[in-house]
Order: sequence, then structure tokens, then C-alpha cells
Amino acid sequence: MSEFGRLLADRRRPVVTAEFPSLDGGDLETVAQALEHYRPYVDAVNITDNPAAHAHASNVSMAIAVKQLGVEPIMQVVCRDKNRLAAQADVVGASMHGVTTFCALTGDDVTAGDEPEARRVFDLDSPQLISIMNGISRGHYLSGRELKHRKELLIGAVENPFAPPPEVRVRRAKMKVDGGARFLQLQIGYEPALLESFMAGVVANGVAERAAILPTVILTKSPGALRFMDGQVPGIHVPAPVIERIANADNAAEESYLLVREQVEHALTLPGVAGVHITDFRHDDSLRRLVSDLAIGPAFAASQAATA
Amino acid sequence: MLRKLLPVVEHVVKGPVWDCQMCGQCVLHSTGMTCPMTCPKTLRNGPCGGVRPDGKCEVKPEMRCVWVKAHDRAENMPLLPKSWREEITHMRPPVNNELKGDSSWLNLVSGLDRQTPAGWQED
Repeated sequence: MSEFGRLLADRRRPVVTAEFPSLDGGDLETVAQALEHYRPYVDAVNITDNPAAHAHASNVSMAIAVKQLGVEPIMQVVCRDKNRLAAQADVVGASMHGVTTFCALTGDDVTAGDEPEARRVFDLDSPQLISIMNGISRGHYLSGRELKHRKELLIGAVENPFAPPPEVRVRRAKMKVDGGARFLQLQIGYEPALLESFMAGVVANGVAERAAILPTVILTKSPGALRFMDGQVPGIHVPAPVIERIANADNAAEESYLLVREQVEHALTLPGVAGVHITDFRHDDSLRRLVSDLAIGPAFAASQAATA
Repeated sequence: MLRKLLPVVEHVVKGPVWDCQMCGQCVLHSTGMTCPMTCPKTLRNGPCGGVRPDGKCEVKPEMRCVWVKAHDRAENMPLLPKSWREEITHMRPPVNNELKGDSSWLNLVSGLDRQTPAGWQED
């Protein structure tokens, strides 16, 4: 098991993961520069796969680069762009470069992106992709054909506790964990009651014990960013009072930060929550400030171990 | 003869009622009599994370999410056998694209619709 896998499994401290930004060209130095913003504060970074249905530098290339630069990549694979052959090839190919942590997602529809005329693939759905990744981890392709060199993979998935129907989200989380997922990163959400009921559900059905659950927060600095997500990003709903809180504040950027800190504090009090996933759209000092204020992540591992 | 005729008959029967897409491996009974192939992402194992707060589809906002409908019907549709209601939580394997256009009735009888690749969930 990888170091990150052990960290997720033993729950000795809250895990911190972050969304690595998409890149559009450059070289290894470009990746290295972007990585320095995250390296001291996170246990792993998500390498996205054409997020929001926009083409970017590929998940495989970015995951390999980040691994070479000494940070644990979580390579996302979405079902939208590639069929089962290509998805398996990407996973096996990346694993040959030391990338062993993967996250299977359905993926936003092509209509969410800037090339809505593209053909959507969806040859697989995410529970099927998780199960196929699990097969690769055991040493074979979906066809049953054996891999010459088996490599154990750490497989994750996502779930959206804030999208209806709530009870189905809990059951779907179980389906993914039954298929082999060992961590679940949750969608961004602004309704604490929905997160609480989802967590109660996954604790009750044993999912939270078998998989590390990581709620997601997003660092923003204006009410416009929240309005954009509410209106344009599939699966994200921002209630009007939340937007008003930021819009009416004297200092919108500071209020935005405080909102996120409250969200993380709240999430970490919930039974079954193993850590937090952070998306940083501010690109300022807020990521460091957040993990420092809450004393979470690798930079504070020693102090957490002392208080545990 | 039967191989050519049955798909036509099946489409005539199931098209108007369920908007049947002729995947050739029908799972209607296990999905609240709601065809998952009418989901714009053709998801076979539950709703994606893009479902809108009002239960509408991410891709087609005017349409109720196929899987919201499926779960609702699996619980509430009258006359559905208990075993069919429970099957909605079962994992359905990847679609066999070789069967597209076939009669699922024939594939049900022959068992072809339940054959999976050797590497599918060996446990």
C-alpha cells in the first residue's frame, strides 16, 4: 500500500487533498512552479481529466509529471471522453510511471464545456469504471486478459450529497465502495444539513469505515464566483442567503475565506469525515492560512499526532 | 426470420411506452420500468452528480432525471414485484455494444444479455 493509502486507512489525522489547476501547455517547469503552491500543505493533489468538459493537458501526462516532482497525484478518469479500452490503457500506462492512485468520475456533460458539439462517449459509468480499475489492481483487464506486471492501485470515487435524491446518494456511495473505492471525495456544497444526513447515512451503512470520506470546499473571494458556480457549474447549488452573506459583507474576500473555514470546521466535526479536499480559486495565501488556522495537513502532522 | 422480425416488433411495443433505445439487453424491470439508455449519459447504475436541485437532468433541464424517476418508480409503482424493486441497487455491467439493435427478448431467452467479460467482478 502507498503512503497515501496508509494515511487514508489509518485515520491518524485529517487528510488534506487539493485540486491541481489544469494547464494548457508549457513544460515540466510549468508544472513544478504550479505545484509549489500546494506541496507543503497537502497530502495529494487531484489531477483532473478535462474538467467541466474543457480540453486541457491530459490527466496521464500531468499525473506522471506531479509524481516525478515528488507529490502524490490522484489521477481522475472521467467516462465522458474515452471508451473502456482507452480508459484501461490510461490507468495501466500511468501506473508504469508510479501513478497508483486513481479516482473514477462520470464527468460533466460535453454541453457544460466550450466544445458542446463534441461526441459524448460514456461507454462506462463510474461504478463500472471503479470495478474495472479494481480488476486492473488485481492483475487483469476487463476482458480477463492478464497484465504481465500487476501493480496494486488505490481507487477512489466521488459522490454528490447535495444532489437529489438524498437516500440514493448514500446507496450509490455504497455501490462504489463495494466495487473497490477506498476514498470518496464529495462535491462542493453549501447546505450543511445535507452533508450531515449523507454522513449519517454512510456511517450507518459502514461505507465511512471502509472508505475515507473527504468533503470538498472551494476558496473564492467574491459573490460573483458563487453566482457563477450556482448558475454554470453542473451539480453545484449555492443558496441565495450564502451569496447574500458574501455580497453584503464589508470585505467580500475575507468573508469568503471565513465561510470556507466554517465549512471545513463543520465537516471535520462530523463522524466519518476523514479529511477535506480543497479547491483554490483565489491563488493567494488562503490555502496556507486555512490549513494553518485549523492545524491540518502534512505541515501540522506532528502537532496533530501529539493531540490525537 | 425471427432474428429480423422480433426487433421490429419489440421496438413497436417498447418504443412508444419506454422510449426503448434497442440496446438488446433490457434492464427495465430492475430500473423501475424506466429505460437508463434514455439518460443522456446512458448511465446504467444510478444518477450522476449533475442532477439539479429540482430533480431535473443536467443535460436537458426540461426533463426529469431518468434515475430520479427510476428510483421513485422502483419504490412507488404499483404491481412491481418486490424482487424487481430491490434489483435497482444491483450493479449492472457495462453495456455489450455487440447486442445493440437485437431483440432483448431473444437475448433474454438465450442468456446472451447476462453474459459478461471474464474480468468483470470475479468475486
